[in-house]
Amino acid sequence: MSTGIGARVTRKEDKRFITGKGKYTDDVRTENQAYAAFVRSPHAHANVKGIDASAAVAMDGVIDVLNGQQLTGDGIGNIICGWAISSKDGSPMNMGAWSALATDKVRYVGDAVAIVIAETQALARIAAEMVEVDYEELPAVAASDKALADGAPQVHENAPGNLIYDFEIGEADATDAALAGAAHVTELSLTNNRLSPNAMEPRSAVATFDEAEDHYTLYTTSQNPHLARLVLSAFYQVAPEHKLRVIAPDVGGGFGSKIFIYPEEIACLWASMKTNRSVKWTSDRSEAFITDAHGRDHISTAKMGFDANGKIVGLKVDTIANLGAYMSLFSSAVPTYLYATLLSGQYDISNIHCNVRTVYTNTVPVDAYRGAGRPEACFVMERMMETAAREMGMDPAELRRANFVQEFPHQTPVIMAYDAGDFSANLTQAMEAANVSGFAARKEEAATRGKLRGIGYSSYIEACGIAPSAAVGSLGAGVGLWESAEVRVNPVGTIEVLTGSHSHGQGHETTFAQIVAERFDLPIENVQIVHGDTDKVQFGMGTYGSRSAAVGMSAIVKAMDKVEAKVKKIAAHVLEASEDDIVIEGGEVKVAGTDKAMGWHEVGLSAYTAHNLPPDMEPGLKEGAFYDPANFTFPAGTYICEVEVDPETGATDVVQFTASDDFGTIINPMIVEGQVHGGIAQGIGQAMLEQVVYDDDGQLINGSYMDYAMPRAADLPDYSVHHASTTCPNNPLGVKGCGEAGAIGSPPAVINAITDAIGTNNLAMPATPQAVWNAIQAAM
Amino acid sequence: MTNVNMTVNGKAVSRDVPDETLLSEFLRENLRLTGTHVGCDTSQCGACVVHVSGKAVKSCSTLAVSLDGADVTTIEGLADGDLHPMQKAFTEHHGLQCGFCTPGMIMTSVDMVHRYNAAGKVLTSDAIRNELDGNICRCTGYHNIVRAVEDAASKMEAKGGS
Repeated sequence: MSTGIGARVTRKEDKRFITGKGKYTDDVRTENQAYAAFVRSPHAHANVKGIDASAAVAMDGVIDVLNGQQLTGDGIGNIICGWAISSKDGSPMNMGAWSALATDKVRYVGDAVAIVIAETQALARIAAEMVEVDYEELPAVAASDKALADGAPQVHENAPGNLIYDFEIGEADATDAALAGAAHVTELSLTNNRLSPNAMEPRSAVATFDEAEDHYTLYTTSQNPHLARLVLSAFYQVAPEHKLRVIAPDVGGGFGSKIFIYPEEIACLWASMKTNRSVKWTSDRSEAFITDAHGRDHISTAKMGFDANGKIVGLKVDTIANLGAYMSLFSSAVPTYLYATLLSGQYDISNIHCNVRTVYTNTVPVDAYRGAGRPEACFVMERMMETAAREMGMDPAELRRANFVQEFPHQTPVIMAYDAGDFSANLTQAMEAANVSGFAARKEEAATRGKLRGIGYSSYIEACGIAPSAAVGSLGAGVGLWESAEVRVNPVGTIEVLTGSHSHGQGHETTFAQIVAERFDLPIENVQIVHGDTDKVQFGMGTYGSRSAAVGMSAIVKAMDKVEAKVKKIAAHVLEASEDDIVIEGGEVKVAGTDKAMGWHEVGLSAYTAHNLPPDMEPGLKEGAFYDPANFTFPAGTYICEVEVDPETGATDVVQFTASDDFGTIINPMIVEGQVHGGIAQGIGQAMLEQVVYDDDGQLINGSYMDYAMPRAADLPDYSVHHASTTCPNNPLGVKGCGEAGAIGSPPAVINAITDAIGTNNLAMPATPQAVWNAIQAAM
Repeated sequence: MTNVNMTVNGKAVSRDVPDETLLSEFLRENLRLTGTHVGCDTSQCGACVVHVSGKAVKSCSTLAVSLDGADVTTIEGLADGDLHPMQKAFTEHHGLQCGFCTPGMIMTSVDMVHRYNAAGKVLTSDAIRNELDGNICRCTGYHNIVRAVEDAASKMEAKGGS
């Protein structure tokens, strides 16, 4: 069976997971382990007047209680946002200080004020409850529009009116003029509901300080251990990089939430030095709800103008994005360069203008969650298109088709330059697979059962393969977004690939091995993928933004190019042939058209024995590469959702969900389909079930699985997943990335289907039975 | 502290533990069987499911001291030499991604198939979805988990419900 590109290879990593031998951070236990618990604010906004830890410290088995004054006193730096966004008047964003442990003020429920270190986890938690904090409560604000209102409580002194920045993109005047001249203008107010990412593995950290070596080791639940080390070292001054090893072992899902470097990791590292003990902290789910960065939380109004033929002439969007109480690592980029730049959708639109105001509130920080900005953009675009089609009496599929970008490359008015795609092919494939022509009959049949059946489309586009370093640098990014790889051929011919990408469910240990096995025509068992350890892999930017295929694998290809060149040189020398005649196949390195050959392993051995290498060639067979993408990649596709609504109760079932995606080259269809399934599930979750709810005082109302509606098996349908691909011209494999598409494309498809079924546009996410029932009643 | 004696994965174990020790803690911390995971604190997610006397139990909601003398099987003890058909089906159908919920999913599913086989009931895909109500997966969207359980169920039935 082939294990190369395009093969449905079962995963190399599975065996340890299905037998309970995975090694996650909480599974790590060091000698003489100590445990941490955090003292957290129960108030959304308060001055900290004093902390009395004496009762906790006096308990048997409590090692120490450390606070924010001590932390800042030791020179631990504030947590930073790594992407500088300017307001449209040129002023820099108003970033408030964020200390890993609050010093004088707490700004959300869950803000940490002290860390307790004890001999057991249970004891640490009990002791944390014994710490008395004297809070002076302050008025709080949780909703972003209320935070911008006159007289709203101030979250940070240096962000007047709670405004972080007032950003714009595109041409305001031209867009206004286009809308003024439009034959039809569709207008919608849209809310993108706030979500909690909920990777099933709660965050965890095990920090160990080695006093003799003056060296720290951190096991942590991270999607990007090198970035964690960089930030912990360069900005938080925990330890210099060469004195800090960060290991992200098996990580149980991320979805963006494990990109960021949180207060807990910083505090545990620092506490390990203060107490000279290895300090372990593992979040429980309730703690995760009040500490893991949330996602989405946009309020938007949009106007889309059409000419008499249904051609879009202009789009104007005004968005308020809630960033919570502090600016998390990528928080500023999500509602700007990952959102407003995608507001051309799949459509050829000449005039676009988007204004984005981001605000502080007394809530958990908001940052990237699966899709990060692009789901919010897709929701605006695809709700607008469906609504416009209804208002103009046009077929929603044909309105889309008539506006699709047809020629590539295509420069949008909002920065992005689409490189390849065939949007019409995806729409057609999805419509055929969904049997759209049979919908009327299905609707009629559903009506005989008293059900309202509806159909909804979503033609999404996203920008992945994040990102060309110079381009993002010019837009304010604090880091380059390349990736690195090292390909080590051992003397026996087996291969280790060290990658800066990080797998936390994506199956890199399999797909990455597939491209190596194919390239050198070797058994996939002979290839091992190594990742997640800063002592093993030199550097890497990690996994997010569907970048591991387009950027991570491209780096591997680049390193393999170098390995191949050296292999051919060695073989040509030993076999006394021309390099150009050397071919690698079937485990051998041969002279084409002759019977002269060396085993692949013999070339490896030759490189290391170095007895007979070409003059001036260095021994060894190990090559590294850094790959910086030339452009974003642009996965796109069409999703079609069908629902049945019970008008008596509002209960809604997704009865059919069809996807046609263009991900470019597909390495492992089984894994790609799994990524789409999971993304769609999170998208349906957003559309129908999930929402983080705060009350007006900033208290989190639904911080557990008893209250936050996680999608369960019976909430979700089977998915019908298809591919109609164009090759990405900007990377060597032609790949585009598939990790986020499902979560980006699906929410508007669901809402478009429900609103089609119930005959009203007035429906917010999540479309719970109550919300749907209310919408039906309001429309009557 | 109370002395607890159990059979875990076929081996007799004995430990002195605080009375409040949960079975999940006992397995993870006292026996270092870390395949049993804890993903929530409200008995909802099912990452911690093990078998007690062959029946699926959420180990995060069971006190170790209440199980003195019990026969416990964890994910580490499910395979009898070769992989269990449910384990094979999960990998063959790509029913796992990050792997964190997987041990609980597999243990729940094995018990599910046993119960349906014992009652002579057909395990439909709808039934599988409803039976998985107490197991949350954030990665797979469940589609491939359902396929895996269907496949394993047919193989376990053929083998006589092992």
